[in-house]
Amino acid sequence: MDEMIKVGMADLKVCPYPNAITTLGLGSCVGIAVYDPVSKVGGLAHVMLPDSTQIRNNSNRAKFADTGIIDLVDLMIKAGALRSRLVAKIAGGAQMFAFNGQSDMVRIGARNVEASKIKLKELGIRLLAEDTGLNYGRTVEFYTETGNFIIKSVGKEKKII
Amino acid sequence: MAKINLEEIDSIHYDVLKELGNIGAGNATTALSQLLNMKLDMKVPKVDLVGFDQLAPSICDEEELVVGIYLMLEGDIQGSMMFMVEKKAATCLVNQLMGRPVHDVREFDEMDLSALQEIGNIITGAYLSSLSTLTRLTITASIPYMSIDMAAAILSVPAIEFGKVGDKALLIETQFGDEILINGYFILIPELESYDKILASLGL
Repeated sequence: MDEMIKVGMADLKVCPYPNAITTLGLGSCVGIAVYDPVSKVGGLAHVMLPDSTQIRNNSNRAKFADTGIIDLVDLMIKAGALRSRLVAKIAGGAQMFAFNGQSDMVRIGARNVEASKIKLKELGIRLLAEDTGLNYGRTVEFYTETGNFIIKSVGKEKKII
Repeated sequence: MAKINLEEIDSIHYDVLKELGNIGAGNATTALSQLLNMKLDMKVPKVDLVGFDQLAPSICDEEELVVGIYLMLEGDIQGSMMFMVEKKAATCLVNQLMGRPVHDVREFDEMDLSALQEIGNIITGAYLSSLSTLTRLTITASIPYMSIDMAAAILSVPAIEFGKVGDKALLIETQFGDEILINGYFILIPELESYDKILASLGL
């Protein structure tokens, strides 16, 4: 590994081999790591909301699962990835506070996960693994050398998916 | 459609929001000082509109352990608010309340967690009641929800609420303390229509 590329909230970046890419403290947001195992081009999107069509102010495409994943895939193809080979791993979508009821806000994490899966399926990208839901934050790291997606949480064992 | 646009907020509105933050935080500090029976001074709060990628980094390390208290607002002002404090500082507050040495390092037990919840309740209650008095608007808050986790993960919740209306979040940072210095952060998230109501109630 050469360099650890950092992705912020509502942000996405391509990660050329042999670098790694990370986003810190995913809460209800979802981190979508996309990877071409042959060219070893990777990428990571950190999305906050499920659906750009339901929000008036939607100029930042990286903020949404639907447009964020499309843009990430386009950038990866420009960087040498082949669409038909792409696979994905996702993490995040927690419910950070134990809200009562079934309001939109309560389910936002789950809806982000759902929307990410739907978009990946639409684009024909196979979901290899996920670590989603529950009630705690996650820091994720994706390594283009191995395709490993490492998940770190407070007071929990490091996970590799 | 709301009149106000957070991306192009003018300096008068900005100053008013800042002053509201100032008064609210001042009241919260006084309430906390009475509860803990100790002297707490407050610095002039910093008010900032920050992009999402800068929200957590502008406060602290993204992976820093923090305590977040989150409430939903109903009534004339709709939205939510959050009070966030670093876990180290929260431990000092709880120690003080429970009569232990302030810098005792320990994990929270059940009693500590409910003490912390009460501290959050009092701080946010004082903040909101001063806001309500000032604007003469009715604000009803839900019970406070508490979570202890990485700063960025906690902040994702208010960030998502802001994300529905824009690409920036309004952050009010308050520093208070005396022998122990505590950085506390208030994040007030009215829906856009409620901003109009707040400003209108103040004659703007």
